[in-house]
Amino acid sequence: MRREIPLLITGVVGVIFVLQYFIPHAPFNQFNNWFSDWFSIIGACAIWLGALNLIKISADKIYRKRADWGYSVIIILSFLLIVIIGSSSWTQFRDAGTGFDWLYTYVYSPLSATMFALLAFFVASASYRAFRARNLEATLLLLAAFFVMIGRVPVGDAIGGALGIPESFMPSKITIWIMSFINSAGQRAIMIGIALGIVSTSLRIILGIERSYLGGD
Amino acid sequence: MNRDFIIYSVTLAIILILYFLVPKPINFSPTVSSLIIALIGLALLYILFRTIMRQYVGRRVVFLFVGIAVVLPFFMNVKQPIRVSPEVQTVYDWVAQLERGSKILVSFDYDPASAPELQPMAESFFRLCLERDLKIIIMGLWPQGPQQAELALQIALQDPSVVAKNLRRHVDYVNLGFQTGNEFVIQRMGTSFKSMFTRDVSGIPYDSIPLLKDVSNFSNIDYSFNLSAGYPGTVEWVQVAVDRYGLKMGAGNTGVQATGMYPYLRSGQLKGLLGGLSGAAEFEKATNKVGTATFYMLPQSFSHVIVIAFIFIGNVAYFLGEKRKKGKE
Repeated sequence: MRREIPLLITGVVGVIFVLQYFIPHAPFNQFNNWFSDWFSIIGACAIWLGALNLIKISADKIYRKRADWGYSVIIILSFLLIVIIGSSSWTQFRDAGTGFDWLYTYVYSPLSATMFALLAFFVASASYRAFRARNLEATLLLLAAFFVMIGRVPVGDAIGGALGIPESFMPSKITIWIMSFINSAGQRAIMIGIALGIVSTSLRIILGIERSYLGGD
Repeated sequence: MNRDFIIYSVTLAIILILYFLVPKPINFSPTVSSLIIALIGLALLYILFRTIMRQYVGRRVVFLFVGIAVVLPFFMNVKQPIRVSPEVQTVYDWVAQLERGSKILVSFDYDPASAPELQPMAESFFRLCLERDLKIIIMGLWPQGPQQAELALQIALQDPSVVAKNLRRHVDYVNLGFQTGNEFVIQRMGTSFKSMFTRDVSGIPYDSIPLLKDVSNFSNIDYSFNLSAGYPGTVEWVQVAVDRYGLKMGAGNTGVQATGMYPYLRSGQLKGLLGGLSGAAEFEKATNKVGTATFYMLPQSFSHVIVIAFIFIGNVAYFLGEKRKKGKE
């Protein structure tokens, strides 16, 4: 029964979701609303579960003095700090001037942006070492990357203007052409492939053929 | 460990000394800016020369150049021509043609990591809407989204053209907050907004908010704008709200994500697209208000040129290596 009940729930919900798309009428639309509400409820519970799990794992790491346990202390302290300060302002915690807003603006935002900004350094280094014109395909990729990178910034057209390049062949125009035609064609092919994959995998899950999401062997 | 500690301490000390001793605002004159650009160019030529001499540079040198290319332009005084691309113009045209009092739904589906690209878009978009007396309904499918919206709102509301209007929360704009459930939230909003957002962020019940009096689902929204940095985001909005409920929607995406949106743009499912920081700068140009995106375009230009230069140097090194290999054979 531990496997049959989840399989049954998945199958019924899956079939109803497919039907309601084509028959947006009672009772299918009502089923759809119920399941959507349930999804939101489960999602909200999952956020709590995730937070509690993070605390449990971090506390366990500190208790057993595992490698880098000091970071876990920071995680728990930061978690408690933001929860306590956020709760102290109750529902107005997001308002300008609250402690939560201060922490969000001056601590959380700069830290997140810093982590993301580090990508620029790694992208530059990786491009320097890996972006090579080894064969025709790699050369085409390299040329496309060159035009998109230079065409996406104003300096591209400034250089183009200084070199006397005609208006139609300015880097920004070439970039728009690459993005609108070559890129769109490639993206469409990928999207169609992904969509077919999703349909076949969904059918396998709804019909109970694919059971890996249940876990176990 | 001790060596790292000394390096970090020295770096921090240098930053603090510069912060307290250098007069602010730091602004290089056009001559100094040109001189710095020439020096960077000469340094790159030197690296190219060393590469031809088979003395290759390591990644630390690349990091150093990217660091310089990102930091120094903030203090430079260089004007760049910004052209508005058709996809950005479309977003502007859609907002510009709306009548006063039209309702716009703006979904904030990103977190602070993507704020440098998306926050300037949000600020310009809000400013444009508020200037034109359009009503804004804010929501988020990412937990940090509504907070980012509040930050953008504060900037837009301080604009002199907006301050004069004396706009009020719940009458001219409202922030419904975050709701978990990803695309199911969008799907449920197709029949009822209230079922997903019973209260706004400040706890006011949906029915008590004057702005939402006649808003029950997507059919009451005149235009929608989605700021997205991943999942759930623009793709889910297009697949559910646009395709199924006929919502008119434009989008602002990170540069990485924007490439994937072009098929939706070409098919007409998206009514305009702002792609990355350049899209944000173009939108500022379209709205005739210079903002942070325009300012950030100079570091962006520099970093792109540096990356292109290093790709070129890397290929020179590669072809020299290949030539040497063939020579040995």
